[in-house]
Amino acid sequence: MVRSTGDDVLALFHSLRSAYAATPKNLKIIDLYVAFAVSTALIQVVYMAMVGSFPFNSFLSGVLSCVGTAVLAVCLRIQVNKENKEFKDLPPERAYADFILCNLVLHLVIMNFLG
Amino acid sequence: MGEKPNQANSVSPSATSAAPAGSKSSDLLSRHFSIRSLKLKTKEQELLLRVTVLCLVYVLAFITRLFSVLRYESMIHEFDPYFNYRTTLFLTEKGFYEFWNWFDSESWYPLGRIIGGTLYPGLMVTAALIYWTLKVLRFAVHIREVCVLTAPFFASNTTLVAYFFGKEIWDSGAGLVAAALIAICPGYISRSVAGSYDNEGVAIFALLFTFYLFVKAVNTGSLAWSLASAFGYFYMVSAWGGYVFIINLIPLYVLVLLITGRYSMRLYVAYNSMYILGMLLAMQIRFVGFQHVQSGEHMAAMGVFFLLQVFYFLDWVKHQLNDTKLFQAFLRITVTSAVVVGALALGVGTASGYISPWTGRFYSLLDPTYAKDHIPIIASVSEHQPTAWSSFMFDFQILLFLFPAGLYFCFKRLSDATIFIVMYGLTSMYFAGVMVRLILVATPAVCLISAIAVSATIKNLTQVLRAKPKIVHSCSSKGGSSAKTSSKGLLDQSQPIGKNGAIALLFGAFYLLTKYATHCTWVTSEAYSSPSIVLAARGAHGNRVIFDDYREAYFWLRQNTPPDAKVMSWWDYGYQITAMGNRTVIVDNNTWNNTHIATVGRAMSSYEDEAYEIMRSLDVSYVLVVFGGVTGYSSDDINKFLWMVRIGGGVFPVIKEPDYLVNGNYRVDKGAAPKMLNCLMYKLSYYRFGELTTEYGKPPGYDRARGVEIGNKDIKLEFLEEAFTTSNWIVRIYKVKPPKNRW
Repeated sequence: MVRSTGDDVLALFHSLRSAYAATPKNLKIIDLYVAFAVSTALIQVVYMAMVGSFPFNSFLSGVLSCVGTAVLAVCLRIQVNKENKEFKDLPPERAYADFILCNLVLHLVIMNFLG
Repeated sequence: MGEKPNQANSVSPSATSAAPAGSKSSDLLSRHFSIRSLKLKTKEQELLLRVTVLCLVYVLAFITRLFSVLRYESMIHEFDPYFNYRTTLFLTEKGFYEFWNWFDSESWYPLGRIIGGTLYPGLMVTAALIYWTLKVLRFAVHIREVCVLTAPFFASNTTLVAYFFGKEIWDSGAGLVAAALIAICPGYISRSVAGSYDNEGVAIFALLFTFYLFVKAVNTGSLAWSLASAFGYFYMVSAWGGYVFIINLIPLYVLVLLITGRYSMRLYVAYNSMYILGMLLAMQIRFVGFQHVQSGEHMAAMGVFFLLQVFYFLDWVKHQLNDTKLFQAFLRITVTSAVVVGALALGVGTASGYISPWTGRFYSLLDPTYAKDHIPIIASVSEHQPTAWSSFMFDFQILLFLFPAGLYFCFKRLSDATIFIVMYGLTSMYFAGVMVRLILVATPAVCLISAIAVSATIKNLTQVLRAKPKIVHSCSSKGGSSAKTSSKGLLDQSQPIGKNGAIALLFGAFYLLTKYATHCTWVTSEAYSSPSIVLAARGAHGNRVIFDDYREAYFWLRQNTPPDAKVMSWWDYGYQITAMGNRTVIVDNNTWNNTHIATVGRAMSSYEDEAYEIMRSLDVSYVLVVFGGVTGYSSDDINKFLWMVRIGGGVFPVIKEPDYLVNGNYRVDKGAAPKMLNCLMYKLSYYRFGELTTEYGKPPGYDRARGVEIGNKDIKLEFLEEAFTTSNWIVRIYKVKPPKNRW
């Protein structure tokens, strides 16, 4: 049972990797960015768990800036992905402009909230 | 909407006559080109018509709310608006930073209240901005006029939002009908007449605006629209506590879409960016603060947020992986671990007290009987009572019948947008049934859904009407619509009703809508336009009698009492006393401290000597009671007295409700309970009332509000003395005597 699950996981991993290799380069860059943001958020959560969450607004703004960045980047990834038929009539320039606008608002608010 | 084709015809001559306006040759030319240019012209006409109707509706929504200004004068109504007015005044005089850091020592004596951190500043900031804008434009208006007219102005803006929302979920016709319906719907007018300067006035605008932008974001999947909806949400959070409805309805909607298999990338983009940005923006309001990550009411949104991430991730993996068996295994592992992690986080959060449990108000919404058993202070407010059928009928009239019809049309043409409006309609209708005041939240949804019903019905009927001549004329003029004619012909055969039937039904619809308009105007002028601070009654000869006792009393307080005097009254009048009388009060309408209110309730329901001890300990110098026995004004303190007993008894068990009742009946006449006849409230209300003959043919001391002769006519006051009684005895003020000399 354990062996078969392990095999499954391995097989899954391999097929995922081979499938992922086919993604376009710009999407891969966005993925990296998302992974970085999420890992930063996780590090902050772990730090909070160890040290405590005293300036709670600082902790929140740190984590939310990472999560927000990640979410916005995922949205951008969805919008510029050519395979998504739903966004055919949304030009990538518009998608990037929206992304920048949202990030601007996000980080201005974060700065205000950092305290 | 039945008259729309007629209007189109009446506009066209003016439009065509304006175009030539010259020699005969050009006239000929224009006639020559008319067939070709007609297509564009109908479009232009349609646009012109739409803009005209919208402008008229915009103006109508404003002027229909002005009854109270014309009848009485430009003044602030009711209770809470006085607090809002007072804070706005402070904001415009002292500036934003002072306002933000304002510690108010005039209320909740001796506790005080941090105003900046305990209010929703949206309304005040909006009014102040309007005021400053007008000042920059050199319009010299008083801030009171701005406050009085803020609610009608925002009601006008709501009609515009309703139009765009209707256009988004159905078509522009439905949008127009929705704008017209919401402009005069009594359910909304009740909270937005001129002078009703309350949070709801701008909040309904913000609510509808947020929903519109969110639906737009879901439909387009654009980040810019979801950013806009996050800003709309921010405005809503800054304006009213009802934002909790948004933060629960939208996740619910997302969940429903997920369950019904309508998940899309657009939904992901719209919800996640709106949630993160909206949450961050909302945290900037100090009164809301960290509630988005700490209170149980907001956890649904966060749960759905994580759920969407998991869902997206699974979707992505499924897309990458073409092997179903592998995906099944992967799905099992991921779902199990996600559920375990989520449950663990929720459990730990709740157990450690990090996530606060649901508040009483939230419970009382989900379970209508909860407040009655547990929180008397919520149950005591009349607008928190469950709604009666008659008030549904009163506030919605024909919309109540059009609502299910609109739901039918929505279900017939399901899309993401119509699902949203259906869910908004159903949930808000439930809440409207739980609490009277939440009819307000349901009103936009009811108007929109009814508008869909009206618009779709009339469209179908006019298609029946128009299809017949088309077939006879065989596409004479409107070449562009010939493609439509064929479909109409098809439609016509499936229609069960003929042309005459359609005309009859159109007339019926026209009749109903006319009835609705007259009903709304009548309700507005009769029921919702009284300021409740100035009372009006019909005299014996049909003339209007004005009772301006409240303002008389507050003016007396302002002029004749020392500036540091503390006034004790029931909490309803706290805001008015501080705003108009400019005196410190013990409790006011911001009912944040139940014990303090219960202390006042206990003082009111104790014997005079016990009450004196309590009043001494609270440093009370004046006591104010409202009494309607002379005028027959029924919402006075004697009628509210049982709530004082209940609230006081909830904290101090010495006060027992049965002591004030006789066999479960509440009486003030000779048969009343002895404790009732000698408690402070009774004494203060009926002091020297036994000498007064109120009505011809009745004994002295006849209480007109309750229709009985009072039971204790010989009232002696030992620790208080009468200071002021207004001309109609509605407000009575007593001075607390200083302690006696010891020897």
